[in-house]
Amino acid sequence: MALMELRDVCTYYGNIQALRGISLSVEEGEIVTLIGANGAGKTTTLMSICGIAQIRSGSVTLDGEDISRKSPHSIVAMGLSQVPEGRRIFPQLTVLENLDMGAFLRRDKAMVRVDLEEVFDLFPRLAERRNQQGGTLSGGEQQMLAISRALMARPRILLLDEPSLGLAPLIVQNIFEIIKRINEERKTTVFLVEQNANMALKIADKGYVLQNGSIRMADSAERLLANEEVRKAYLGL
Amino acid sequence: MERNKLFRDLRTSLIIAAWFSFLLFPLLVMKVSVTSGAALVRFRWERLPGIAVAAFALSFAWRRALEWNEARGDKPSGAGPIAALTARARSALAVKPIRLSVSAVLLAVVAVYPFALGMYHTNIMITALIYVILALGLNIVVGLGGLLNLGYAAFFAVGAYTYGLLWKYAGPAFVAAGVDPGWLFWIALPTAGVLAAVFGALLSLPVLRLRGDYLAIITLAFGEIVRMVLQNSGAVTGGATGISLIPRPWFFGLRLPPRQAATYIYYIAVALVALTVFVVRRIEDSRVGRALEAMREDEIACEAMGVDLVRNKLVTFSLGAFWAGIAGVLLAAQTTYINPDSFTLWESITVLMAVVIGGTGSIPGAIGGALLLKLLPEYFRPLAQYRMLIYGIAMILVIIFKPDGLFPRNRKKYTFEGAPSEGGASPAADGQEARR
Repeated sequence: MALMELRDVCTYYGNIQALRGISLSVEEGEIVTLIGANGAGKTTTLMSICGIAQIRSGSVTLDGEDISRKSPHSIVAMGLSQVPEGRRIFPQLTVLENLDMGAFLRRDKAMVRVDLEEVFDLFPRLAERRNQQGGTLSGGEQQMLAISRALMARPRILLLDEPSLGLAPLIVQNIFEIIKRINEERKTTVFLVEQNANMALKIADKGYVLQNGSIRMADSAERLLANEEVRKAYLGL
Repeated sequence: MERNKLFRDLRTSLIIAAWFSFLLFPLLVMKVSVTSGAALVRFRWERLPGIAVAAFALSFAWRRALEWNEARGDKPSGAGPIAALTARARSALAVKPIRLSVSAVLLAVVAVYPFALGMYHTNIMITALIYVILALGLNIVVGLGGLLNLGYAAFFAVGAYTYGLLWKYAGPAFVAAGVDPGWLFWIALPTAGVLAAVFGALLSLPVLRLRGDYLAIITLAFGEIVRMVLQNSGAVTGGATGISLIPRPWFFGLRLPPRQAATYIYYIAVALVALTVFVVRRIEDSRVGRALEAMREDEIACEAMGVDLVRNKLVTFSLGAFWAGIAGVLLAAQTTYINPDSFTLWESITVLMAVVIGGTGSIPGAIGGALLLKLLPEYFRPLAQYRMLIYGIAMILVIIFKPDGLFPRNRKKYTFEGAPSEGGASPAADGQEARR
């Protein structure tokens, strides 16, 4: 059974239909990526999963349980964390306090401390700046902080919304390597929404191509990378 | 460069002086007097130089101050005589004997205050302390939660009227049973807190999805609604005449003369302030406090962390309102008389101003701001008619020159001091503005 599954999800903003029946599934331990152009509905898909945007029809299931009517905080409690678009770290809180907020729902203090060390292991840069205010970090560091913060909830599935947004290519490379490491070392399932199709497909197992609110293609990442149409439209090759 | 600036400032100030002389000419120089049907215009030319010089001086001083302020922002904080002084004070306070003796002196001053200064000053201080409690409570909502509340006086009213109505309806029974009605104060204190908190929760329901301007307007309306209800349900609340002869707090069954009663209430107020500070500090350091701060910073991210925003806002408003309720009971006990006029929008704004001028989110700020805003006007009575003007000017000055408030929260500002690692990304690289 798939860990997360969307079936015929339709989401509206007022009268405007943003998602036109999206179906996709994410298996445990996979990295699945959703690629598409601006305005295709990538972020809306994420918001629909997290419960921030209400879906009008269809269903979202996590581990077989329907979460489409649940409130955002109870979805987090079920083991789904997201790194929101544009990072959205807490600028006036320190790095440590930001990470602390990530573990907000957790009561196992000892394990939280272990996870904190693990996160600092992944991003040594954050360990150096643990007492610095989040807003004073560079863009790349803020992205690292946003990912770490989501990891602090020890999620079963991690949702990332355009982690490459506004970052230098070298830093993007670094971030994607770490996403791969998170998936391999921590066995965290990853659902990655990206515009940078090339980078995303390289680390993913499976990919979906979103166009105008519906799934245009679904295939293994390798085959999508080789697909003529994808290469033309999204990879610029 | 510096000279050019000076020259430009002088020139602009000259132009402004000329413009002001022109603008104020009909008001301050011309004087029309009507005698026996004929209008006689008298020109008081001797006033013109004064106007021009004053406009010039003010404009020039303002410009220089703004430039100084801008230049100050470029330098790292910690320079300058005031920063050096506070740094020295701080390091002195870190030494235990000094810290202990300073707190002992402070405590002694607080303890002997009512005996040393008499009833008049004690009463003023009680009012100020009531505002300190209010400011600390509002600070939870505005400073920690980041939710603007312009109807805060409503909770203050709920507290005061809890005591007033308890007295009005349960008082006779107490007297008939031979129980000192002063006990009502001690019953009213927790009841009012809880009741105000319930009202806080009620207010939070309609404003859950609102932020900024809309939130301000709804809370403002809420404050007025509560006051209007109190004013217009005369049968229950006494309407505009209010409730009088509210008993003073019970003190071992003694009926204290006014002076001693004031001293007694003063000590109760001090104790309540201490309790408020203690609790607010605990909240600040707690998980709930952290969640409140996170909500202030970014609601969506907060939700993504698994924080229940609905509950969070409810808690914020209730916690803030609780202290207003407590302060209300104190007010009723001190003045022994309450009516709806004590709980106007102006009260809400004064408390908000105390929080902002003191330093949003800072406990010393809320205390300092409330004391300043309540004590200074009392001791500068002759200037009472200019109060609004002075408040306005003070507000502008604080916002421009000390945006964190007079006593800002001592948020530990750490800077990175290690060796920069490879990649060379310094803080605030990538075009990310450091937000303060």
